[in-house]
Order: sequence, then structure tokens, then C-alpha cells
Amino acid sequence: MSAVLALDGVVLARGGSRVLDGADLRLERGERLALVGANGAGKTTLLRALVGLEKPTAGRVVAFGRPCADEPDFRTVRRRVGLLFQDPDDQLFCPTVQEDVAFGPLNLGETPKAAFATARATLDRLGLDHLAERITHRLSGGEKRLVALAGLLAMAPEVLLLDEPTNALDDANRARMLDLLAGLDATMLIVSHDRPALERLATRAVVLQGGRLEPAIIHRHPCPTPALHIHGLDDDHRHELETAARRA
Amino acid sequence: MSRDLLAPLDPRTRLLGALALILAVLSLDGPAAGLLAVAAAFGLALAAGWRPAGLARRLVHVEGIMAALFLVLPFTTPGTTVLHLGPLTATSDGLLLALGLMLRVTASALIVLALLATVEPIRLGQALARLRTPVRLVQLLLLVLRYGALLRAELRRMREAARARGFRGGLSIHALRSFGWLAGMTLVRALERAERVEEGMRLRLWQGALPVAAPGRLGRADAAFGTGVLALALLAVIGIR
Repeated sequence: MSAVLALDGVVLARGGSRVLDGADLRLERGERLALVGANGAGKTTLLRALVGLEKPTAGRVVAFGRPCADEPDFRTVRRRVGLLFQDPDDQLFCPTVQEDVAFGPLNLGETPKAAFATARATLDRLGLDHLAERITHRLSGGEKRLVALAGLLAMAPEVLLLDEPTNALDDANRARMLDLLAGLDATMLIVSHDRPALERLATRAVVLQGGRLEPAIIHRHPCPTPALHIHGLDDDHRHELETAARRA
Repeated sequence: MSRDLLAPLDPRTRLLGALALILAVLSLDGPAAGLLAVAAAFGLALAAGWRPAGLARRLVHVEGIMAALFLVLPFTTPGTTVLHLGPLTATSDGLLLALGLMLRVTASALIVLALLATVEPIRLGQALARLRTPVRLVQLLLLVLRYGALLRAELRRMREAARARGFRGGLSIHALRSFGWLAGMTLVRALERAERVEEGMRLRLWQGALPVAAPGRLGRADAAFGTGVLALALLAVIGIR
């Protein structure tokens, strides 16, 4: 297997502290790698380093087998790698949804007509065609995140870097996002605190700790005590209340 | 607002129509023609669904500026004297000039309210792009509209958060300092936001071109409105002769 993206001993400081301190990463083609770690561990910085938004002070970024150092190197990388931001408002800046989704294809050299056709096709494929004419800043949070993803997918990236793709989504939109991602062929690096989402999507996991990456496993313990959860009263659950009431 | 009879109009028709009507109004001469223009523009605004009270509220800002004309023009225009105020003399010619200007500006404001204020600003930005306005200007307008709303929302959230913790404003040192922080934080957030947006654009390989969706078809309403506007404008120009 050949690594599509790799970090070799990358050192990167932000605000005086070394967020990455000799980080090694290999993202193999076709895998979906989960990247976990505490808040502020440097997960977002790592994603940014992979597309050249952060410059390492030491070590190398290797993309598709070639070391990347400067902006021109990374411009070719960005044709093939899509980064989904945490805040979709940072990504959606065009007036309407179809224009935003057409933005990437246009930059890839498609004619305006072809770019809009690509945008339409992408929105259709994701079941978001009803949003095409909508004004981006009037979308709901969940719609914004899905449209931001459409904007990336319209560029047909081989690799997706996802920064908390399910964060702050309601159940319906989260399920939608997970179904969408699960149906994609792209290689993925997923930063998330959403363990069930990672369990479903990821094929391997690493943890970022002290500026370095260590292998991790995702698994589930058979629960002797059921995990606490909360949901509405459907017929399946009403009986639990009734049993509890009888017992009392 | 009540029903908007102008709703079917394309934003391009609105922009060009407003431009033609305002040019026609500005070419009018004298208070009588001005009054007629105000009446016609008022009718247009009503047709666009405005209620008179809403129009009045917005016109107050315009008339405030116009008041300055009445303070200056009568005393600076040569002509027949009608009033002495110490060393100053007001002329009837000056008064008529101020009145004529006020009426024309009011009519123009009403036209803008009727045709432009009733559509989503972003649609007007797109229409400007389709009418081949310089791309940089359109981009600037669209980005200001897109992120202005976001910044306003951020500012509002911060103010609400402050209020939720018992902040009441006023003129105390504490309040003033808090306002300072609020303003500073809004600026910092705006700058950070701008950086992230720029990065997002770079990641999608931005090279200066922005997509503009294919325009909608112009319909019968646009044709009818355009003809009407042209006729009115011609009438105004011929009327001057």
C-alpha cells in the first residue's frame, strides 16, 4: 500500500508551545482513519499542516509520494484533497448554494456552464437539490454543514479531511452526514469526539497526545451497567416507565 | 407589508428600472413636477406592498438631511428677498430650489424603497454581476452582505450573553470597559473569520473568479414594467422642453 498523505517527524508550534512534536502519520489509500485526542491537542493543526495552511518548523509533509514545502506544491495537493472545516460559515461564502458548490469546479478549470452542471449533479447525488437556490447564510446549521461537504465533493477529491463532521448536528442531520460519508469511496482522515460515528466509519484509529500520534483502537465494552441515554417516549420505552411505576 | 404587486419583477429589471426612473425624476424641473413625481413614486411603493407608516419611518432619515438644504439654500441663492434674519436674507428662488430638490430626492428614495428595498440584497448583488458591473465591486458587496449578517449575529449573541449575566450598560467605568471589550472582540472575531474564509477559498483553489448562477428568464411582467418605465421617462424628458 502507498500512503496518500504522510507526516514525517513534523514539529509545529502555535502560541509558543509545540502542538506537533515529531508527529508521524501515514494515511493509506482507501482507509478511513480516525484521529482522536483531547481539546487543544492539535488535531485541527495537523489537518491544516496536511494541506499547507500551517508550515512545520521541522519534518516533512508528503502528499501522493511527493514532499511538499511551499504554496505551489500544496496547490496541486488541494486539487485532490478536500478539508471540511469545523465551522461551515467559514466555507460557504457565495450568495447561493449552487454558486458555492460550483466554486470549486470553476477553479478546477471547468467552464461556468459545466461547473454549474457539476454542482447540480453533486447536490442531486447528496439529496440536497432542493437547497440549490437557497441563500447560504439563511440555511440551518445542519444544512450548512451538508452543503459545505457538497462543495468539497463537487471537486471529486481522492482524500477527505473532516474536522468534526458531526459536531453540533441534530440526530437527523447527523444520521444523514454519516450515511453520506459511509457511501463515499474517498480516503478519509476524520477528527471527531463522536465515538459512535467513528465506530461506524473508521477502519483504523490514532490518538494525538503530547504532539505525537500513537495507534489506538475503537471498541465497545459489553456493558454490565447500561449506558445512560435519553430519548422520547415511544411504545418500546413506555413499558419501562410502567414497570418502574409498578415497582415504586 | 401587504401584497407586493411587483414581486414577479426580476432584480435586473428592478435595478435598471430604478436607475431610469431616478434619472427621469432628477431631470424634472420645478415643485409641481416634483410633487407629481412624489405622488407617482408613492403609488409605486404602495404597489410594492409598503404601508404608509413604514414608508414614513424610513423617509424621516432622508428628510432630516433635506432639512439642511432649507437652512442653507434660501440664504445663499440670489433672487427676490422674502425674509430678513439679521444680516441674512432669504430669497424665494432659494426656497423654491430647496423645495424642488427635496421633492425629487423624496421621489427617488420612494423609488428605491419600492423597487430595491423589497428584494433580498444578495439577489441585487447577483443582478449587478449579471449586468456586468465590475467583478471586484460585486464581490465586495456580496461578501459584505454575507459576513455582515454573520458579524451582526455574533455581536448580538455576545450582547445577549452579557445581558444574561446581568449587564445593563449605562455610563459607568465598568460598562464602558465592557463595551470596549465587546467592540474589540467583534473586531478580533471578524479578522479571524476573514482569515478562515480566505483559507477556505485557497483550499478550493480560488484564482479570482466567482461563479454567478445563470440568470432566470425575464418574463412578461418585466417587459410590461420596462415599457412603462421607458414611457414615463420619455414623458418626463419631453415635459422639460
